[in-house]
Amino acid sequence: MSATEYKTYMTDKIGPLPFCPGCGHHMLIKALDKALIKLQLDPKNVVVVTDIGCIGLSDRYFITNAFHGLHGRSITYACGLKLARPELTVIALKGDGGCGIGGTHLLNVARRNIGITLLVANNFNYGMTGGQHSVTTPTGGVTSTTPWGNVEGPMDLCGTAIAAGAAWVYRGTVFDKKLPDMLAQAIEQPGFAMLDVWELCTAYYSPRNQIKKKELEALLDSYGFKTGLLVDNPRAEYSVHYREAYETGKSVIKKKTKIDTKFDNSVRKQTGIVIAGSAGQKIKSTATLFAEASMYSGLDATQKDDYPITVMTGHSIAEIIVSPERIDYTAIDEPDYFIVISEDGLRRARARIEKLPETCTLYAEETLELPDTKARIVRLPLNETAKKVGRLSIAVVALSAVLVDTGLFPVEAFGTAISAFQKKKIADINLKAMEAGSELLNA
Amino acid sequence: MGREFLEGNEAIARGAMKAGCDFFAGYPITPASSILHYMLELVPAIGGTAIQAEDEIASMGFCIAAAMAGRKVLTATSGPGISLYSENVGLAIMGETPMVIVNIQRQGPATGSATKGAEGDIQFTRWVTSGGLPIVALSPATVGEAYELTYRAFNIAEQYRTPVFILANKEIGVTRESVDLDAIELPPLVKRKKVPKGNEYLPHYFERLTDVPDISDFGGNHIARFTTSTHDKTAYLTTNPEIIQEMIDHYAAKIDEAADDMALVREDLEDGAETLIISYGIISRSAAVTVQEVRSRGEKISSLVLQTLWPVSKAAITKAMDGVKKVIVPEMNMGQYLLEIERLAPPGVEVIGVDRMDTKLVSPAEILEKGGLL
Repeated sequence: MSATEYKTYMTDKIGPLPFCPGCGHHMLIKALDKALIKLQLDPKNVVVVTDIGCIGLSDRYFITNAFHGLHGRSITYACGLKLARPELTVIALKGDGGCGIGGTHLLNVARRNIGITLLVANNFNYGMTGGQHSVTTPTGGVTSTTPWGNVEGPMDLCGTAIAAGAAWVYRGTVFDKKLPDMLAQAIEQPGFAMLDVWELCTAYYSPRNQIKKKELEALLDSYGFKTGLLVDNPRAEYSVHYREAYETGKSVIKKKTKIDTKFDNSVRKQTGIVIAGSAGQKIKSTATLFAEASMYSGLDATQKDDYPITVMTGHSIAEIIVSPERIDYTAIDEPDYFIVISEDGLRRARARIEKLPETCTLYAEETLELPDTKARIVRLPLNETAKKVGRLSIAVVALSAVLVDTGLFPVEAFGTAISAFQKKKIADINLKAMEAGSELLNA
Repeated sequence: MGREFLEGNEAIARGAMKAGCDFFAGYPITPASSILHYMLELVPAIGGTAIQAEDEIASMGFCIAAAMAGRKVLTATSGPGISLYSENVGLAIMGETPMVIVNIQRQGPATGSATKGAEGDIQFTRWVTSGGLPIVALSPATVGEAYELTYRAFNIAEQYRTPVFILANKEIGVTRESVDLDAIELPPLVKRKKVPKGNEYLPHYFERLTDVPDISDFGGNHIARFTTSTHDKTAYLTTNPEIIQEMIDHYAAKIDEAADDMALVREDLEDGAETLIISYGIISRSAAVTVQEVRSRGEKISSLVLQTLWPVSKAAITKAMDGVKKVIVPEMNMGQYLLEIERLAPPGVEVIGVDRMDTKLVSPAEILEKGGLL
């Protein structure tokens, strides 16, 4: 697209590269420059992303966009850029240190196949902080934190990325003449591509372990690690896949049902209602319908729920407040109505039931053994009724009975909410449950 | 128009969408997870990206980079997740990144009571990252405010090129309320000021310290640079102490000097009242009941509700404290914003904290009793 032919992607505006004499980063950066020259990309469409470590000093020497972030996190920024603008060419540079602290990002970018290029400058130690050992330090390697020789095993970065599903993986040394071409190939991959490039840290690792080019290559052999292109197995890039999956799987976002006042109510003060049952009894969703019904009756409402993290078991308690005025304080210290429909609910709410005031009415499934309480008790055949209309509708049965008994607002409002917010098949069952519940205290 | 029965987390998601949010990354955590769910439904529908990241650190990494690439970005977590956001919050400050970070606070420390509310992260938010530079944080008291303040947070983020926190609470995030979001008045949408094509782009250019640098997105019209390291206006590294200090002064001044602009408060001041309640978040609603109760006895009392917690709304707080003898500060923590009020209280004014951190709301009865209002 650009008319300019780029003879280099490096700038000398801020002086020469800052690396130690003989450091492998010189050659690595030069290889990246050559790859970019080969590809002739518009620098505005290229981002070099780095993090902390000596190699992290290099982004600013490119004429491309540059993003320099936190230690070990370059993959996350590169992914963020690529997700935000899939048309960008994003190249992340990282040291072996960064592959340790940011190991999870390596696994996840490979797994997701986000189309960035990851270039690892792997020199077996932390050059920036004093030559400490890293996840790739060879066993026996001497560093400032392994003075007697490293007792840890080195991480196989390529093997790790491949196991995680990386689409394109290359390993070699910085002395590899093919490196610029391989880098160009990597950059052209639509999916995730990684290069693990072994090199020398002339400040620390090389002198401490007498490693030069020959020994570096021997080290690779000693591991039995393959070099060159290890995997070339393209598959859909994440953003492409994401969009396709969304387009095929998307559910139509329903226009939200708004609630207008259609009924009267007889609520004169903020009124607290607690319903205690079991997981699977649709306590939460029924409480929501009840609150929505109160809104159809012109009231304000709030709802809080209490249930275990393991949602399919144990208690489920919902607290609803309905009020003719704005509800400020959303806790129910003294419930006006308390409904307990199962053993789980009773167990969880027992202490609260024992303390209910005499102004409260306690509606209880008739088979439950209740503790002593000052509340007025109304026993109801909730289980028996629910068995006839539908086991999952027990909360609808209970709250319909309460509505008829209290006259807070018309039971028809409950029916309106059920019809408005539930799928027809379920609504039909719940409307029957509502009728059955309404009969319980009608006689 | 029309009412709905919504939880605060959905209102936050809807507020973000109303503000044009088109990128979300987050990691599941109770009680903030449903924001992730809502955003996964809403964001792809407008062509944006919402993604569950591998952890909170990646969430922030994705978000900061996406924001610098021109997206309007939201992330959401709870207190334990903010611990992991911490370092990247510093990066967002350093890079002058517009983004909104939601904290649906839960009882802590550590895992604490995952499903229970608290507001223990107030000072944590102020000092969330190394360096101690100013932070912007808004605290909603209702589901409606969760919507409104999220929208406003995007405006502040864009206008000042800064991360903005929504400091909510489980008690708002996962409590449903009857609310009409369409009836909430919102200010016009603010968009980041961009450097025109053809002009030179200096990523951190300012003339006065309080200026907010115009931006150019990664992938936009200019070569963009972003760095975690101490830099000058061009975003190149510097070791020059004068420039370093100037940049730090700029980061601080653009927020501190805008404190009055960002000050969102609800004043209910009574002439001649000797008692003032200063509150925020869910507990401001207990304070509202307390105020009603005291006034129903024919006594005077003032109330100041803070929606902006950081930077401190000094002018509004000082004005409200003028002439009072007692200030009551109820909080769902061990007395955190109390420190700010104590700092600003004139000599002789008694400042009383009414706190609890047992997962229960501070009740109006408790404020009356511990505040000496019985």
